[in-house]
Amino acid sequence: MISANLSAIFYLVSGILFILALRGLSSPDTSRQGNYLGILGMVIAIAVTFLSIGSFSNSIIYVFLFLIIGGAIGAFIAFKIPMTAMPELVAGFHSLVGLAAVFVALAAFLNPEAFNLGSSGNIKIASLIEMSIGAAVGAITFSGSIIAFLKLRGIMSGSPITFVGQHYLNLILGLLIFALIFYLCKSQSNIIFWTVIAVSFLIGILLIIPIGGADMPVVISMLNSYSGWAAAGIGFTLENTALIITGALVGSSGAILSYIMCKAMNRSFISVILGGFGADNTSSDAKDKKDQKPVKSGNAEDAAFLMKNASSIIIVPGYGMAVAQAQHALRDMVDKLKKNDIKVTYAIHPVAGRMPGHMNVLLAEANVPYDEVFELENINNDFANTDVAFVIGANDVTNPAAKTDPKSPIFGMPVLDVEKCKSVLFVKRSLSPGYAGVDNELFYKDNTLMLFADAKKMTEDIVKNLE
Amino acid sequence: MEIDPFIFRLSIFILSIFIGYYVVWSVTPSLHTPLMSVTNAISSVIIVGAIVAALASSSDNIFNASSIYGFLAITLAAVNIFGGFLVTQRMLQMYKKKKKNKK
Repeated sequence: MISANLSAIFYLVSGILFILALRGLSSPDTSRQGNYLGILGMVIAIAVTFLSIGSFSNSIIYVFLFLIIGGAIGAFIAFKIPMTAMPELVAGFHSLVGLAAVFVALAAFLNPEAFNLGSSGNIKIASLIEMSIGAAVGAITFSGSIIAFLKLRGIMSGSPITFVGQHYLNLILGLLIFALIFYLCKSQSNIIFWTVIAVSFLIGILLIIPIGGADMPVVISMLNSYSGWAAAGIGFTLENTALIITGALVGSSGAILSYIMCKAMNRSFISVILGGFGADNTSSDAKDKKDQKPVKSGNAEDAAFLMKNASSIIIVPGYGMAVAQAQHALRDMVDKLKKNDIKVTYAIHPVAGRMPGHMNVLLAEANVPYDEVFELENINNDFANTDVAFVIGANDVTNPAAKTDPKSPIFGMPVLDVEKCKSVLFVKRSLSPGYAGVDNELFYKDNTLMLFADAKKMTEDIVKNLE
Repeated sequence: MEIDPFIFRLSIFILSIFIGYYVVWSVTPSLHTPLMSVTNAISSVIIVGAIVAALASSSDNIFNASSIYGFLAITLAAVNIFGGFLVTQRMLQMYKKKKKNKK
């Protein structure tokens, strides 16, 4: 058994190790070391917890049993999950953090003696407030992440579900939670505590259902942030420094990521926090305009010919590449091109894919060196002196209307200037507009060649034609 | 008058938000996905609360109302800890530089 002061210092150490783990991610070189520091921090935190309890009943056997069961499940998932499924995995993990926060809060509420929070029915008011906030945010994270998971997995339709008065309902439910917590402080009643959790659970669902599939990068980052705040709330209840530091880190990390994603889509932060976006009803208008404009379409042979005669190519991947799992075929294509002394780089828009950094992971999986992959602001000037832009599964992030048409729903969104290339190759399954429901004028330009096919199939065909 | 310990915890919390702010801005955008999975793993340090709850039960009544929630939370957090760190490791192994013998 170690003293409370000593264990508090060790919790601080593990908090610092977590900070260093995030710090390591500033460059791929230091990131692996950072991850080990994070693991070390976790081991210290868990070991100190056991040591500070000191005397064990038989229940320790069960603690290890459940630890091993959970660990085995986690390890199994981590090794088996395909990289394309990373967004839903992260959403799923968020939901577990949220639910764990709810359970810990419940345990603390039912057995406050174990945590030195007073006695059952007579819990310190401050602790009661902290644990109900922790439980409420945890429940919101849980149900919200479940909905995000279902949408990403395709079990639930990705299209937004909206109804009249949605925002007012959310507002009322939010206020209701505050009222319930206030009442809980007076009554200390079990039923009220459960009601807080149930209402929060409902809010989580209501917050995420109106959000469209392609806005998922913001949603995932937002839920990441929520899971951090839930952990911090529990940290205050348990008076645990490691948990408070971690909660604050994760909370601000998620908030920054959602801010970056919002910027990249030209949306306001507030409208995201409130939810209810992605329901632009402009698509009908766009569909009318589309009809009979001439489109140049080609086949793999044309594409291969164009690329062989180019001296520089920029590849713009998007969600379509992830869906078709075309990253390995793409890498083969690039290898062939490089043998012909063609300069090939990759341009990644911040919201390409379904979560921040989604495309980078997929390219890394296909062994693309990370120093050939560039972010929007670092490569956008290069399009003007590049011969071919190869757009694979991306759409809205290349749409020049964001720069030229103030009426377009995506106006003001930073986009990749692919139209400045001498020619543009578009791999796409059909002419259908992207998630914003906006037609892309690039499809009809003279120097654009549309390649209508599955991204993977087309890339493989191009590889054959490059031989 | 003595300062309430809550204020110290609040100070730690606020300062950590600032640390988080600066540290996360320095994360390179290409590692944003590993960032999310690793934050997932570390936020599961909530397991310390779950362990306390689970071990608070007496020997003759291992599964009382409170400890059951502790055990459930241990399982969920363990999934996250192992899953989160391992999947992050798996992703980070894939990030390679140019030049060195490409496979």
